[in-house]
Amino acid sequence: MIELLTSILAITLRAGTSLIYATVGEIYTERSGILNLGLEGMMLMGAVTAFAVAYHTGSLVLALVVALLVGAAMATIHAFLTVTMRANQVVSGLSLTLFGSGLASFLGQRLGPGGQQLMGLIGPKFTQLEIPVLSRIPVLGALFDQDILTYLVYALVPLAWFYLYKTRPGLNLRAVGENPQTADAMGINVTRVRYLYTICGGMLVSLGGAHLSLAYTPGWAENITGGRGWIVIALVIFAMWNPARAVLGAVLFGGINAVQFRLQAAGTHISAAFLNMLPYLATIVVLIVMTWWEALSKRIGAPAALGKGYMREEK
Amino acid sequence: MNQSAAPLLQMRDITKRFPGVLANDHVSLELYPGEVLALLGENGAGKSTLMNVLVGLYRPDEGEIVVRGRKVEIHSPRDAAALGIGMVHQNFMLVETMTVAENIILGMPDLPFKPDMEAITARIRELSARYNLEVDPAAYIWQLSVGEQQRVEILKLIYRGAEILILDEPTAVLTPQEAEELRRVIQLMTAEGKAAIFITHKMEEVMAFSQRVMVLARGRVVAEKRTAETSPQELAQLMVGREVLFRLEKRACQPGAVVLEVRDLTAENDKGLPALRGITLQIHAGEILGIAGVAGNGQRELAEAITGLRKATGGSVHIGPHDVTNQPPLRAIQAGVSHIPEDRMGMGAVGNMAVADNLAMKGYRQSPLGTGGVLRYPRILEFARRMIETFRIATPSPQTRVKFLSGGNLQKTILAREITACGGLLVAVHPTRGLDVGATEAVRKLLLEQRDQGAAVLLISEDLEELLAISDRIAVMFEGQIMGIVPAEQATVEALGLMMAGVRS
Amino acid sequence: MRIVFEKRQTISNTAVVLVPVVSFIISLFLGGIILLASGVNPFVTYAAMARGAFGSWQVFTETLVKAIPLMLTGLGVSIAFRMQFWNIGAEGQLTLGGVAAAWVALFWSGFLPDWALLPVVLLVGMAAGALLAGVPAALKAYLKVDETLTTLMLNYVAILFSQSLYYGAWRDPQGYGFPGTALFPTAAWLPRIAGRAHLGLVFALIAAALLWFILKYTRWGFELRIIGENKTASRYLGINIGRNIVLALLLSGALSGLAGACEVTGIARRLQQGLSIGYGYTAIIVAWMAQLNPWAVIFVALLMAALLVGGDQVQMMMGLPAAMSLVLQGLLLFPMLAGALFTEYRLRIVRSTPQLQEARQ
Repeated sequence: MIELLTSILAITLRAGTSLIYATVGEIYTERSGILNLGLEGMMLMGAVTAFAVAYHTGSLVLALVVALLVGAAMATIHAFLTVTMRANQVVSGLSLTLFGSGLASFLGQRLGPGGQQLMGLIGPKFTQLEIPVLSRIPVLGALFDQDILTYLVYALVPLAWFYLYKTRPGLNLRAVGENPQTADAMGINVTRVRYLYTICGGMLVSLGGAHLSLAYTPGWAENITGGRGWIVIALVIFAMWNPARAVLGAVLFGGINAVQFRLQAAGTHISAAFLNMLPYLATIVVLIVMTWWEALSKRIGAPAALGKGYMREEK
Repeated sequence: MNQSAAPLLQMRDITKRFPGVLANDHVSLELYPGEVLALLGENGAGKSTLMNVLVGLYRPDEGEIVVRGRKVEIHSPRDAAALGIGMVHQNFMLVETMTVAENIILGMPDLPFKPDMEAITARIRELSARYNLEVDPAAYIWQLSVGEQQRVEILKLIYRGAEILILDEPTAVLTPQEAEELRRVIQLMTAEGKAAIFITHKMEEVMAFSQRVMVLARGRVVAEKRTAETSPQELAQLMVGREVLFRLEKRACQPGAVVLEVRDLTAENDKGLPALRGITLQIHAGEILGIAGVAGNGQRELAEAITGLRKATGGSVHIGPHDVTNQPPLRAIQAGVSHIPEDRMGMGAVGNMAVADNLAMKGYRQSPLGTGGVLRYPRILEFARRMIETFRIATPSPQTRVKFLSGGNLQKTILAREITACGGLLVAVHPTRGLDVGATEAVRKLLLEQRDQGAAVLLISEDLEELLAISDRIAVMFEGQIMGIVPAEQATVEALGLMMAGVRS
Repeated sequence: MRIVFEKRQTISNTAVVLVPVVSFIISLFLGGIILLASGVNPFVTYAAMARGAFGSWQVFTETLVKAIPLMLTGLGVSIAFRMQFWNIGAEGQLTLGGVAAAWVALFWSGFLPDWALLPVVLLVGMAAGALLAGVPAALKAYLKVDETLTTLMLNYVAILFSQSLYYGAWRDPQGYGFPGTALFPTAAWLPRIAGRAHLGLVFALIAAALLWFILKYTRWGFELRIIGENKTASRYLGINIGRNIVLALLLSGALSGLAGACEVTGIARRLQQGLSIGYGYTAIIVAWMAQLNPWAVIFVALLMAALLVGGDQVQMMMGLPAAMSLVLQGLLLFPMLAGALFTEYRLRIVRSTPQLQEARQ
């Protein structure tokens, strides 16, 4: 039994890491009022570029750096279109997904040795680093037997939470997403804030993709993300735009995946389909409850200005 | 108030032009430490413009500003704040999902990376106690009442060291008790040497809050008085400018059956406060009932309740034999109501659609414009051409999108549609606001024509001149109630002004 | 000196036409760069793509095959978008339409005469799509729940549901291990009219005509347009917003459902993987590029399909990655998104003189 729980926890954390990176990233983007639906494309691009770089240079660090840059570049496109050119955020994000997925596929077939494909190749990956003593704790020991990126997540989440709620720039960010007119009137540069956090958010999303190809399912395969980019959108809502809660959702998703395998192996009757659908249905329910319960939605809800462009009134 | 000391603030010969309008015409103002100065005037008189210049949202074309004896240039709200000048706007600049404390420090220069919230909270409590601005620094804005939110706005200014506070229509959103509390708060502040400027168009506010009052009209200073030495009546007269000089040719009123019957109507405004507190009135066919009153006393809510756009919390509205209380707008339309709304582009017209389309938006449900679910374009165009000619709407073509029309022509389009579709009751809300002289005259003539043809007209207007000129009877609204209804021939500006200030006739 | 965006006084008609054209050229240009970087001649490639999509009757029919679902879902999405309702659920509505169609085809053939089977299949497919769109619509209209995410989430529910069926309960026992249902009875096969392109093409054209007619000439279409343009005004005019949103979305979902039903009965004739290659998402781009005009949707859908099919051909011939066409598709939109600003705003370079500076404040 303890074995079972430990292994479930371990798999959950591994599965959840990439989701947490991406969710925290998108939380920051959406907190500035920008909706980025291009996550699937960005995660794929992060995965493919990270693996390609790792394969050719042998350096995992370089691979991560490139993934960050790629995420930043793609997010910049989105930011430019939505903030400066005031384009429709939904359509811009979707085209980013389309473009990113296509490009990732394209690169996956060209970035291998000699211009061949990357699929099926074995490259460097992040291995698990066991922390002595702590990793022997029953069940919770699984927390201490993970790869570096997961350990970084342990630090990322509290830092992200602290930054958002306890610092001055975090305060400004929240103001921009809730009420850009007020933020503007109080002297905050709304444009700069939106660019900054869309790009930073994009970098984290891409990093989430890199975790997939460098640690979770090492290597490159078409559709390695399996729709995670869309799940992250749901997770952001689930987390109610709070980085600390991001863990909850990621764990839920990762957990469902893990549990599902075990349950099927154990021959229980809960339909796999239902379990898979659960997160999406849950998100809809959360949305309904939140919208309906106005008080709740005012306190912990979507940043009020999410999805709406902002241009200062000309006088 | 210490007038022997040097003035805290001087604005000299401030002039500000906008395309087509001279908002401020060589306006001069002085503010002494410890005093409250009221800026009184109708909408469009130039009060807000003047104050926006002071806080750095506008740059004056001419004139200068002197603060504490030094000439200054104010380019932005930050500059103003650095000089100790701050403004509480009518629409609060608050982030609802953040706490009071967070809102107060938002955007402050020199805020450290990690603000010391404990120290900040302590300081807020200190200021709170000193000025009687009770509010919990840890509360979220959405939890606060409007009055409490206003306190936060004022605390924001004080926290940042404001010595000169500008308040824009502050009691518009307050209950009488809250207004009294505000008065005491301001007293505490002025006792310390701070000064306040009050923008208002309510006479009673002037009398209660200020020591001096400046009346603005059409961009100019019309009068400057000590509050103790004037009265609401005098102020009302100064605001309007003069006794009515002319009345339009008007046939005698021949009222017919009762078309609109409102009984004990109660309703709330958008903020959940009572806006209508038992309105009872009737309008007969063939008469114009004007509703006078300072903006914000429930006129808008009255029009919306009658046309089905707002829920009534009590009472009833009957149009002819139909009970339209709390029915959807379609019901009122079917009962014969036409509505010329206050918000022309936002409600009365669809900017991106053609003039012809907009003209058809009432009649499309029936023949000849729409038969069997299908629109007949040749007929719609023909109808449009007729309307354009009859109402003299200046437009390049019937297909031009309405958003490119001038204000006056947009209003004419709306009028054309509503008048043609009118089945007995016409509700017109500020129909000539912002229009030039020609368009204004045209609109007034059209309203009179409708009345002569037997329609009942409810005219809501801030322009006393207009009301006196074309109404048959005038009702005055004050704080959601009717103060009195007088036949227009017997009404005077003074009597109306008194009622507008809350004195029952 | 500053660059300032200034609102135009009149809508520039030239911009409305010019922007899509210029954007298309720019994206071809950008795509060309990527091709060059892959060591291929862009002109040759584009020519080959054009030939691959239109060069012969056979390839043209294949282009049509991909275009038909794009047309139908594009039309569906465009109706929703007109109401400012962001229906991202076309993919799910299409899938559910396919599932419902399969259900009828596989299990109702015993109860229905042959001549009635196909029509019922298609109708039930439409109903399923309508239902899946109707739920988020009602949630939005009556509970004010944001539709972007509810429609998106339901996509996954529908897709997973479909998978669970053809992997599980409906799996063909003689399927040689491939996941999928049994072949439908021939009475439920949608006739093909040109190569593999099926009757769905006719439905699409009829739908476009219908939509065009509704929007331009009917009272309902008029009301829909008003709601989409100015909600406040529509309420003031007495239009019932909630009911109209739901009705419009039912129509939107029905069209996507029809697309799914046609695909499943016209192409594979069984429910299996690959029912949709992301048609529902591409449809959004199609609708948007077509600026929600029904006839433009038909044309743009054809163009997108050409990109896909031409890209496939080129991939086989020139060894280019299959994803090339997806990349180009994605690239198409960026210049368009950026360019859309220019229909409403104009660029101006402003020199900072004192009067101008104050006028700008």
